[in-house]
Amino acid sequence: MEWLIASVIAVMTGCGVYLTLRARTFPVVLGLTMLAYAVNVFLFAMGRLQVGFPAVIDPAAAGYTDPLPQALVLTAIVIAFGMTAFLIVLALKARSELGNDHVDGLHRSDDERKAKRHNNKTDSERSAS
Amino acid sequence: MSPFTILPILLPLIGGILMLMARPAGIQTQRILNLILVSLLVGVSLVSFNLASSDVQQVVLLGNWQAPFGIVIVLDRLSAMMLLLTSLLALAALWYAIRTDTDKQGQHFHVLFQMQLFGLNGAFMTGDVFNLFVFFEVLLLASYGLLLHGGGRLRTRAGLHYVVINLVGSTLFLFAVGTLYGILGTLNIADMAIAVKTVSPEDQGIVATAAVLLLVVFGIKAAMFPLYLWLPGAYAYTSAPVAALFAIMTKVGLYSIIRVHGTIFSEQAGDLAFVHVQWVLLLGLITLALAALGVLAARALRRQVAYLILASVATLMIAIGVNNELALTATFYYLIHSTLLGAAMFLVADVILKGRGTYADSLTKAIPIDRPIIVGSVFMVLAIALTGMPPLSGFFGKVMILNSALSHPWFAAILGVVLVAGLLMIVAVCRSGSLMFYSVKKDKSEQSTPLNKSAFVAVIMLMLVSPLMVIFAKPLNEMSSQIAAQLYDQQAYIDAVLTTLPHGENGK
Repeated sequence: MEWLIASVIAVMTGCGVYLTLRARTFPVVLGLTMLAYAVNVFLFAMGRLQVGFPAVIDPAAAGYTDPLPQALVLTAIVIAFGMTAFLIVLALKARSELGNDHVDGLHRSDDERKAKRHNNKTDSERSAS
Repeated sequence: MSPFTILPILLPLIGGILMLMARPAGIQTQRILNLILVSLLVGVSLVSFNLASSDVQQVVLLGNWQAPFGIVIVLDRLSAMMLLLTSLLALAALWYAIRTDTDKQGQHFHVLFQMQLFGLNGAFMTGDVFNLFVFFEVLLLASYGLLLHGGGRLRTRAGLHYVVINLVGSTLFLFAVGTLYGILGTLNIADMAIAVKTVSPEDQGIVATAAVLLLVVFGIKAAMFPLYLWLPGAYAYTSAPVAALFAIMTKVGLYSIIRVHGTIFSEQAGDLAFVHVQWVLLLGLITLALAALGVLAARALRRQVAYLILASVATLMIAIGVNNELALTATFYYLIHSTLLGAAMFLVADVILKGRGTYADSLTKAIPIDRPIIVGSVFMVLAIALTGMPPLSGFFGKVMILNSALSHPWFAAILGVVLVAGLLMIVAVCRSGSLMFYSVKKDKSEQSTPLNKSAFVAVIMLMLVSPLMVIFAKPLNEMSSQIAAQLYDQQAYIDAVLTTLPHGENGK
């Protein structure tokens, strides 16, 4: 089972890293989600893998699993969920404001164009004088 | 232990909720309420500072669970100084935001502002690594909102990069925390410092990996090479008061390195002692060199200021990397200087930007701004302070850092990088200053916007910190050395956290 869990974490992390490095916002969101899944399983496994034991001490049971990682995973899931929702909204906002879904927003913005115009103006003035 | 200790965290949380409820009452009510709350927070931070100066760590057990089992909130000298610094900075940033109507550009500015303070104060006071993660998320989520406040294409683009890199950072944080928990079996910083001494030799590699992974996470926050690329864009394109408030955000990363690595991987950690130190020093040197080149290469003032901030953070990294008590003393002196003066520089860049109309802050010949003498003088004072020229506080901070590094084996490299970087920054800032205040053109078609005097008060207040830090250098230095001494006595911290008993069991 250790082998299975370890390879699941490895595959998910690998996919997550690959997708995060893509140039479009949607794969990046997916990649971050995959990374969040991987880290959740990883945190869970850090309490050591025990099968069939309760997380709360029960006199009738032969032992118990570490409850702390489970609490950590719960917190991490909630935070990752909220962050993903925020990121999707932000990606949509970027899509509508930048005109495309490239992470660098390849369209030149108005502000930059304005700054460039000023640069050109001053350059031509300098060459004229 | 006093129940008052937790107030710096609770006040902004309640404040944020109040702000949300006050929204129907209009922006004016929100503004007054927020000013009152932040002023209260300054008062609370002062009382906390006073509480912490008794040399005993104030420990609050949340839920009345004893230390390694429950979450603890710890207030010591360092936390108290950071709280005070945050609240003072927040007051100046808020004043500027209100007087320039930045808070009207979007919704919920005041709510997010309070939540940002909640996250910051929580991160400065927690004694638990996982709790630190949670407070990081709180302050990050608020910072995403503040960073994007007002909208605009460039801001959205910079915001997207900032959010994505911080989400990757959060994931790495969880990996590091999970690994540490898997080996050490605890997440309480004090308890981890004990557990790390007895790590078996075959597990030491894993713990060292987790320590460096954690350094990567804090490095993203502190903008350490090669993870600083998000900073110039994010700081240059957000609104000025937010950029000013964010001057403390990079310091959260540095604080975490000092607190977490400094406590767990201290000299008592056996073979794992100081695993992080050489990395911090080396990366700090590289960051400083690149930041100086960035200052030189910047084509707009706001970007230049962002690189100046990066340079000051890099200087702090070097001081942490030198790793002795004297260096840590210098770190705290320079940290106060760099936070408040860096924030002032962002605000003055905004004043210049607004005054130049459509030329904005691009480093080109443009129309003269309104009241060039006063704005120019303030710019000059801040430039002198930030580049580390005498007689202002930046110079003293740098001298203290270099003095503490005298016996360090890498002294030649540290001296070379710090001095050359300083020279490059002076050249770049001189050029920007002369371009903006001397080399102006008479363009009758465009009128400069009048100076917003009441907003400018915030800049002057922050600027005055620099001469005050020189005049009161001795008490400040004593305070910094007390903080450093307390941090170097890790055993006292560990004892204070682990021996605090829950209520109702030690009273009788």
